[in-house]
Amino acid sequence: MRPFSYERVATPAEAASAAARTQGAKFIAGGTNLLDLMKLEIEAPTHLIDVNGIGLDRIEPTPEGGLRIGALVRNTDLAADKRVRKDYALLSRALLAGASGQLRNKATTAGNLLQRTRCPYFYDTNQPCNKRKPGSGCAAIGGYSRQLGVIGTSEACIATYPGDMAVALRALDATVETVKPDGSTRAIPIADFHRLPGDTPHIDTVLEPGELITAATLPAPVGGTHVYHKVRDRASYAFALVSVGAIVQRDGSGRVALGGIAPKPWRVEAAEAALPRGAKAVAEGLLAGAKPTGDNAFKLTLVERTLGAVLAQTRG
Amino acid sequence: MKFDTPAGTNPIDQLKVVGRPTDRIDGRFKTTGTAPYAYENPAPNAAYGYVVGAAIAKGRIASIDPGAAKGAPGVLAILTADTAGKLTKGDFNTANLLGGPEIEHYHQAVALVVAESFEQARAAAALVRIDYARGKGAFDLHAAKESAQPSKDQKDIKVGDFAAAFAAAPVTIDATYHTPDQAHAMMEPHASIAAWEGDQLTLWTANQMINWGRGDVARTLGIPKDKVRLISPYIGGGFGGKLFVRADAILAALGAKAAGRPVKVALQRPLMFNNTTHRPATLQRIRIGATREGKITAIGHESWSGDLPGGGIENAVQQTRLLYAGPNRLITARLATLDLPEGNAMRAPGEAPGLMALEIAIDEMAEKLGMDPIQFRILNDTQVDPEKPERPFSQRQLIECLQRGAERFGWSRRSATPAAVRDGVWLIGMGVAAGFRNNLVTKSGARVRLSPAGRIIVETDMTDIGTGSYTIIAQTAAEMMGVPLDRVDVKLGDSSFPVSAGSGGQWGANSATSGVYAACVKLREAVAQKLGFNSADAVFTGGKVRSGNRSAPLARAAAGGEIVVEDSIEFGDLAKRYQQSTFAGHFVEVAVHGYTGETRIRRMLAVCAAGRILNPKSARSQVIGAMTMAAGAALMEELAIDKRFGFFVNHDLAGYEVPVHADIPHQEVIFLDEVDPISSPMKAKGVGELGICGVAAAVANAAYNATGVRVRDYPVTLDKMLDRLPTAGPQGSP
Repeated sequence: MRPFSYERVATPAEAASAAARTQGAKFIAGGTNLLDLMKLEIEAPTHLIDVNGIGLDRIEPTPEGGLRIGALVRNTDLAADKRVRKDYALLSRALLAGASGQLRNKATTAGNLLQRTRCPYFYDTNQPCNKRKPGSGCAAIGGYSRQLGVIGTSEACIATYPGDMAVALRALDATVETVKPDGSTRAIPIADFHRLPGDTPHIDTVLEPGELITAATLPAPVGGTHVYHKVRDRASYAFALVSVGAIVQRDGSGRVALGGIAPKPWRVEAAEAALPRGAKAVAEGLLAGAKPTGDNAFKLTLVERTLGAVLAQTRG
Repeated sequence: MKFDTPAGTNPIDQLKVVGRPTDRIDGRFKTTGTAPYAYENPAPNAAYGYVVGAAIAKGRIASIDPGAAKGAPGVLAILTADTAGKLTKGDFNTANLLGGPEIEHYHQAVALVVAESFEQARAAAALVRIDYARGKGAFDLHAAKESAQPSKDQKDIKVGDFAAAFAAAPVTIDATYHTPDQAHAMMEPHASIAAWEGDQLTLWTANQMINWGRGDVARTLGIPKDKVRLISPYIGGGFGGKLFVRADAILAALGAKAAGRPVKVALQRPLMFNNTTHRPATLQRIRIGATREGKITAIGHESWSGDLPGGGIENAVQQTRLLYAGPNRLITARLATLDLPEGNAMRAPGEAPGLMALEIAIDEMAEKLGMDPIQFRILNDTQVDPEKPERPFSQRQLIECLQRGAERFGWSRRSATPAAVRDGVWLIGMGVAAGFRNNLVTKSGARVRLSPAGRIIVETDMTDIGTGSYTIIAQTAAEMMGVPLDRVDVKLGDSSFPVSAGSGGQWGANSATSGVYAACVKLREAVAQKLGFNSADAVFTGGKVRSGNRSAPLARAAAGGEIVVEDSIEFGDLAKRYQQSTFAGHFVEVAVHGYTGETRIRRMLAVCAAGRILNPKSARSQVIGAMTMAAGAALMEELAIDKRFGFFVNHDLAGYEVPVHADIPHQEVIFLDEVDPISSPMKAKGVGELGICGVAAAVANAAYNATGVRVRDYPVTLDKMLDRLPTAGPQGSP
């Protein structure tokens, strides 16, 4: 870990302007991912801006009938919120499928969106990694890639986005609200928030330097049956091999987002039209153009079969 | 005390304290955070070391430049092979603990940075600049198999005519199995604090084998053994990973010398998987031939494993020499040279991976014969060493373990046809396997004191790695001296105490308590003599000593001063005349998700026959821990190799998955009533390794019974079953 300076801020605006003042600054909230990465010098911010004191820790109804989730709402609180459990059960279930109780107590909504890949080569600073060190190459390609991406990847990077919460947010059509250092705000559809790697895999999201997430907003509830099925080798406390978040209506229509297979939560709206025809048809649409490795080609079958399990459960 | 004839009746047989379920006396300290582990010992003015691991698996350091690290804040010393002085490899090490300029494996320690704080040492370590010249290495066991050579550790066994008998057998199987490299993954990493007083070195270190460790520290540093003191009273798990001196201890000693003050070194978690030892992967070919009635006529087990030059085999065939009858036998083990990190002992070395393969093969053979797998095992049981029929087992209750387990587990409800039982989307299956682990006995010493206050103090360099050594030693001394448990103080893990068996190979409990028994026999004689009693008929009970109608408080014997005695147990040739082993029947029920292939254990049962159980509570704890470890071996544990760069890629606890609570729903352990007077005066054996032996195969067999998909390549993960799973759901979708 490299030495860094540290400050606490009291408002979102202060946070954004503090970030603008200092080159190489990062925000810290729960720190459940950032601190680990700093200890390994995968992240080496010169300055940390602690945003835990800026509020943004409420879940409030929106005029449109949805919910606005403050950036600092902890995963535990979000998963337990009555409104979330009733109308956005997918989100609650996805959160509870992630990490451990202790981590969820610390982890925040914004921080969870920004957690970095768990590619083992990203974590080993002896190895080339374009995400960690642009231009150094990718050791994962041709290496051990069982956990890694099968679609949306590039010749520079096959890492996955590891989280669960964002998969649910993607299916729920959430919006990410931010404030920039100049004080302007914007609302980014979750679909556009995480980037595909292309030849710049070191940039995970569309956030600009110093831009701070203030909330994630959910549109009005869409009803339906909510299922989150996370597949992994052990029963808890592991990242997904594949996860399927689905909302299925009585008429068989619905939405599906996938985790564990791509650099971002993976959803192909066009594929959802095939939902009444079953898992195989949907999976074909979701995975068109997939480029798995020898180690992770099983994920294609696994997506289809997990989707089958989810659809059986919603019929159930 | 020599132990060369079977034990007769002795004071342990009273079973007033021994044999009773007893809380661990160190439990309170551990649960209240007051048991200091190696890194936590108070060491005033200690500095902190941070280890730099090699970035390549094989080759040379072209240049090493401490550069900016030297002037970094707080830095006190930087050690490399260039500056460390002459080091000699320890007797128990295969690779050097401080590498350079030659690099023998990935993450081999190449530098230690010592600083005022841990954070400063860590920050400075990142500034050490090292250029490597990468060399060519061998990292793939499959590819190296053809070049593998016989090993001195396992001669080829040829009994009868295997080839002819196998060729003639009406029913045969011939299958090859793979077990992966596995990590001990204990909670406490390798950790040490070193302090020098003149030329005297004290090391607080996490080590299972104090005397081996003391010798290898002295040898590595080139100092006399009597100048080294090892202290290791509490150990946060070892599983064989802490049998040997590792880089933390040597680098702490060197760092403390260089810094002129105590130095603490704990191996960083990401180094734990490549810097230290691991259980090597195996390839195993098993051939079994039998009559149509199920009598084995030919059994062949050939195993291949790899290690660094000078290393040894993973002896996956040793249980096959003893477990089943059969007149024609072929047993071989071959060793390939690999440049992966050092392979070495991990909980039940040999038998654990050996039974992972053999006990699937037995299941496959039973199915081919159309027999129940328990019946097949019973039919081929042997009460003698199959290679030397004149040599009986001292005790062998394998059949009883299997039968008792079958009854308890509800084995009769198992469907012999695979993939026949469903619970919603889950496919349900049951599996069984035999558990087998040899009982090793090793010389072990202890010192016992009787204080004027009537307390018994036991001192031995035996270790407690979470196993319950403190408690069974206290129980032994209490039983022998006729005092309640709370009158006994046990002091362990210090090289200034008599040399014990140490903790390894499940020999610790039986050997170390036998050493305490021997010392207590001597103390009883000394006490009787002091009290003027005839030691032969003195009875020690209730804090008193009685002889005829005379009685005296035990403490009176020490009224004139503490009585101190020391003795060792030394084992004669009973182990040669009798085969001593421990046995288990392992039963597992699993549910396999019909769509995804996720395998989840529903319940586990172990029925164990392992001599006298000294403390049923801590023994049970040992067995369920071992069953948990085997569940990991069966379903998730694998050190994933990057075959280009030669290292274990998943080198942290996020990547190397071990079971969590949610994976282990229900475990039951039954100990058969057994005493084995041939084993020791305690008539006990070990259970800490028996509990892992065979369990993984029982899981794999249960997964087969659930799905009809046979996986011979551990771990049994869903990707190996997915394409072959029976159709899920009543509609036959997906």
